[in-house]
Amino acid sequence: MIQLENLTKTYGKGKNVTPALSELNLSIERGEIFGVIGHSGAGKSTLIRCINLLERPTSGRVWIDGVDLTRLSKSALQARRRKIGMIFQHFNLLSSATVYDNIAFPLRLVKIPEKNVRAKVEELLALVGLEAHASKYPAQLSGGQKQRVGIARALASDPDVLLCDEATSALDPQTTDSILKLLLDINRRFNLTIVLITHEMHVIQSICDRVAVIHQGGIVEKGPVAEVFLKPQHPVTRDFISREYSQAELLDTALSAPHGASALAVKISFLGDKTYQSILSQTVRQTGVDFAIIQGTISTLKNVPYGQLIVRFEGEEALIRRTIEILTGEGLDVEVIE
Amino acid sequence: MDVGALDFTQVDWTEFGTATKDTLAMLGASALFTLILGLPLGIILFMSARSTSPIIRVVYSILSVIVNILRSVPFIILIVALLPLTDKLVGTTIGVKGTIPPLVIAAAPFFARLVETALREVDRGVIEAAHAMGASVWQVITRVLIREAMPGLIAGLTVTVVALVSNTAMAGMVGAGGLGTLAINYGYYRYETAVMLVAVVLMVIIVQVLQMIGDRLVIYFSRR
Repeated sequence: MIQLENLTKTYGKGKNVTPALSELNLSIERGEIFGVIGHSGAGKSTLIRCINLLERPTSGRVWIDGVDLTRLSKSALQARRRKIGMIFQHFNLLSSATVYDNIAFPLRLVKIPEKNVRAKVEELLALVGLEAHASKYPAQLSGGQKQRVGIARALASDPDVLLCDEATSALDPQTTDSILKLLLDINRRFNLTIVLITHEMHVIQSICDRVAVIHQGGIVEKGPVAEVFLKPQHPVTRDFISREYSQAELLDTALSAPHGASALAVKISFLGDKTYQSILSQTVRQTGVDFAIIQGTISTLKNVPYGQLIVRFEGEEALIRRTIEILTGEGLDVEVIE
Repeated sequence: MDVGALDFTQVDWTEFGTATKDTLAMLGASALFTLILGLPLGIILFMSARSTSPIIRVVYSILSVIVNILRSVPFIILIVALLPLTDKLVGTTIGVKGTIPPLVIAAAPFFARLVETALREVDRGVIEAAHAMGASVWQVITRVLIREAMPGLIAGLTVTVVALVSNTAMAGMVGAGGLGTLAINYGYYRYETAVMLVAVVLMVIIVQVLQMIGDRLVIYFSRR
């Protein structure tokens, strides 16, 4: 649905040129929630602004549904933008307009009859749960409520894409979760394609289908969230994940064998239904190997359960190897830790 | 001037009625034209200052210099310098009509700067959001910029109109008519202190009322 092709954006001129994006390629499918994660200054904000051309790329193309936005005329671009909703970190609501008028804003831009505006705004107020606040001004609302107004406004012209620019970064954890839930709900209900940028792994983990990691203006890693999350390749990705879970450093002694017996530390990753099955205990009962859990996480990615355990197998080397084979055969991902 | 003896019998109240009306007419007309010229000028200043196009930035620099020149010339000199232009525009250089062009040409650049400042206070994110929703430049100006900056624009207009009150009085020096002329001709040249005092008090009242209306409107538009 969205293809970014060789996207390059530089700021400044002459000696002071600073590159924000360099030759970036990205493809986003219809109906998915695609997350872009990166540190501040990595280029993620420029990236999302290039999708609706709030920032014009220095070179490269932005394709949405087979149309190259960079070649559209001014008025054609304005028309296309109406079908691309956007929400912002700081909400960007009109402070002089009520909640109702803010949501009606995009509808009135195209001179929709006031009767239809009313029907649509009321529907949206119900969707985001703000029926009681229609005549309030943004200053009278909490952060979470303001973002709900932002979401309702973004949905007013029935967009097919929703761009979320750090939409939860200014909110507390609880409010973040409720906004994420709302976004997931909208995504499912309207089959709306959502592109979000964030610096919080938690956001990606909660609602995204696929993720791209952006670093110094380029994508360093991308793929389904579970894959990237469970087997991060790039140091930046690992850094994001370990920050989120702040796991303790493993002690060398925990990995080495007690009493000189043969031992092997492995990282086992479970995904989906396998997470809650007794595969590990069945396997060790079969092979007679003992194990100690050294570290572990059981949680969910979006609604998919996953687990990641670091265990130390103890027993004969051949049996340990046999255990690993069986686990791998069961569809678990086993990685030996040296 | 004999300040000790105030002789209010010197005061011709009918003349004061006409003078007050003239002053208010000058104020109303010049305020209207100042708004009509100054608001677009301020918007153009604001928009062109943020443009990435080098040509538009040159336009900004030129406009900015013109505005600064008009603002730095003392009003009394501006009136004299504009005499030929005023004559061409309204066919006279005295009376209410003859005073309006210099009043507007002095006040519009001043107001334009205040407009520019007020627009700069508008959250850039809101402007960006409007662009993201497919608003045209005209829609951004009318539905976002002016609307969001309304309290600042009204405060700016109030300041401008109050400045116009003192300028109408100064224009009295060169035959503008109105309270300023009364104060100068009778009060200053003929030492009729009572006349001057009444004229000044009336002008203070006008300023007070204008300021009060302005403040009320600012509060009304600031409900957020």
